[in-house]
Amino acid sequence: MTDFETVTVNTDLLILGGGMAACGAAVEASYWAKKNNLKVTLVDKAAMYRSGAVAMGLSAINQYVGLKDGENTMKDYCDYVRNDLMGVTREDLVASIARHVDSTVHLFEKWGLPIWKDEKGAYVHEGRWQLMINGESYKVVVAEAAKNALEQNGHEFFERIFITHPLIEGGRCVGAVGFSVRENKFYVFRAQAVLVAMGGAVGVFKPRSTGEGAGRAWYPPFNSGASAYFTLKAGAEMTCQEVRFIPVRFKDAYGPVGAWFLLFKARATNALGENYMETRKGELENWAPYGKVKPVPANLRNYLMLLDVKEGKAPIYMRTEEAMAAIADKYKDDQKAYAKKKKEIESEAWEDFLDMTISQAHLWAATNVQPEEQPSEIAAAEPYFIGSHSGASGAWVSGPKDLAPPEYFWGYEHMGTVKGLFCAGDASGASSHKFSSGSHAEGRIAAKSAVRYIVKEKPGLANVSDQTAQQYKDMVLKPLKLYEESQPKSTQANVNPGYISPDQFRMRLQKLMDEYAGGVSSQFTTSGPLLQKGLELLKLLKEDSAFLGAKNLHELMRCWENYHRMYQAEAHVRTVLFREETRWPGYYFRSDKPKMDPSWLCFVNCTMDPKTEEWKLKKVPIKYLFA
Amino acid sequence: MPSYVNPEKCDGCKALDKTACQYSCPNDLMVLNKDTMKAHNQEPDQCWECQCCVKACPPQAMDVRGYADFVPMGASCVPLRSSDSIMWTITFRNGQIKRFKFPIRTTVEGKAEPAGGWDTKANLDDFTLFTEPASTGLEAICAPGTKTWKK
Repeated sequence: MTDFETVTVNTDLLILGGGMAACGAAVEASYWAKKNNLKVTLVDKAAMYRSGAVAMGLSAINQYVGLKDGENTMKDYCDYVRNDLMGVTREDLVASIARHVDSTVHLFEKWGLPIWKDEKGAYVHEGRWQLMINGESYKVVVAEAAKNALEQNGHEFFERIFITHPLIEGGRCVGAVGFSVRENKFYVFRAQAVLVAMGGAVGVFKPRSTGEGAGRAWYPPFNSGASAYFTLKAGAEMTCQEVRFIPVRFKDAYGPVGAWFLLFKARATNALGENYMETRKGELENWAPYGKVKPVPANLRNYLMLLDVKEGKAPIYMRTEEAMAAIADKYKDDQKAYAKKKKEIESEAWEDFLDMTISQAHLWAATNVQPEEQPSEIAAAEPYFIGSHSGASGAWVSGPKDLAPPEYFWGYEHMGTVKGLFCAGDASGASSHKFSSGSHAEGRIAAKSAVRYIVKEKPGLANVSDQTAQQYKDMVLKPLKLYEESQPKSTQANVNPGYISPDQFRMRLQKLMDEYAGGVSSQFTTSGPLLQKGLELLKLLKEDSAFLGAKNLHELMRCWENYHRMYQAEAHVRTVLFREETRWPGYYFRSDKPKMDPSWLCFVNCTMDPKTEEWKLKKVPIKYLFA
Repeated sequence: MPSYVNPEKCDGCKALDKTACQYSCPNDLMVLNKDTMKAHNQEPDQCWECQCCVKACPPQAMDVRGYADFVPMGASCVPLRSSDSIMWTITFRNGQIKRFKFPIRTTVEGKAEPAGGWDTKANLDDFTLFTEPASTGLEAICAPGTKTWKK
């Protein structure tokens, strides 16, 4: 195996990730670090201008509270989030983010993001909390401001470096290790504080499309559980690991439905033309009080649809033709205005896909769909781990001093239970519905908090001995060595008794999760005995992770991505098993515990001992600000 | 698929140290064959079809052939991205063509100014962030007791 150079980088604040949260952190940290003579270093696995969940673009900003216009109050937002998550949310964190998100959105607009405006110059809302944008270059613009902030203040960023492990010493996070996916270099980053914003996880469960379309996840396939592994392996407490997210989207290509449901007011109906939100309204009583609020929680909307599917009433259709006709109909007395409106809606409908899910536009074109003439199928996607949307998985972080109850406060807002380890975006849990804009805002909050931590605590840089660095280097590069050494054992590289390739390893994990932890093939149903069996198989998989083999740097990254996914999987299985009820029936259904149980109106938190990898799970009481 | 490269148009971005597609792909899929100086997608089944590579390709040598799992053949969505807008040409399986143009940004490329012109009135110990409170549009950050907290 070729020699790898070891590069050591010393910094004060290390930002891991390059997506929305990391870009928010970069802008904020640049300012406060400069004021305090500190250095900021950001490390991204891809190129910042097109990295993270918003790489392709977005057609809406999903969190804007509109506080300055008196449209809504903080209580309104917290009520919405609490109900959508069936009561399981940290209102102190939701409010901490929501009070800054408008500022973030206003900054986006200044940076150059086109936000739709009405004739009076007011933002065009998609829904109560959502704004319509021309978002093809959303990430390009946001990353540009982050890079400009870093460069103008003498900080630095690295691209194409994949972070594998945290560095922990004396119970605090002191850096990270990783490698370049472009050249033979192993990196050791030493820092006074670390901010984790490496996204959620896709590819833990088997995708619906398993061939060439395996990469067509709704959330990006390159978000591979790096945050979850990093924080778990740091020994940090994690929360809501059971609260996966399953989006209902246009079938197969996963085009967004928000504009259709909220802006165009479309209905979804089954094969018989029935609207399951009406025909199954009675079922919502079983999930009260959350089933009775408006809007109906996302997971319950999923559940009502799934009940129809299980009864054989699919396909389920988004009635695009109905909705478009209804909008244009308002102009029917003026033929010119009518034609203009029709054209306008058509363009908006296509842009909605082209801005964020080009595959869906492609699928429409490939199936000759005219949305104004015929409906399109929708379906539930495979499960994802994304704490920024209607899921909630992530690290357990401190709330801000002025909002958090004492149980949720330990010195620095958005810091995990390990000192010096800050989390934002999909890396932090129980603060759902922050989406792209709120993740950026949370990155800002966490970054300022991290700078304050460095200034007040003066933790300094930890010593990382050559021996420690070498141990990590050997471990991280092992798949390359194993691959090379095993070649004499087989005439073909893809079947070799010496190693397992990263893609085959991923498929084994996905099959396991699909069949035992309630994936697509069981329509998201699992049970205690299934989960127990799943844990047995996960143990064997974990043992076999020692045999991951990589033929090049790209595969080495895949090996570690899948290793990270495996820990996200285990955290999920253990937590679903621990919570003896069904609380989010449209996300997963425990067939042996089919009802919501008030005694489980609590968080379930878990920790993994970084050395022994023994897990501890516990119930944690919920303290609301408003309810 | 996934993005693919037309060998007749790809020049391997010969003047650059790395190809535009390699630089852009969020999933590290594009590689350059140094012998042929042509790029290709090394792992089509991990492609998100985000078209970041297609939009960035200088000689427009890239396109997407829809995922074989579920996309019938014959259609395409081809972007032409400029510094302030994007033009899409949608070709249907049946030959119909639609064209759309959308704005992508309102500022000059590269000129996003981090503070957005706002001053910061905050210190390290409080909860007010860079550019705040000016950028919130409020006089002070929303907190218990303010009118934005609850009615």
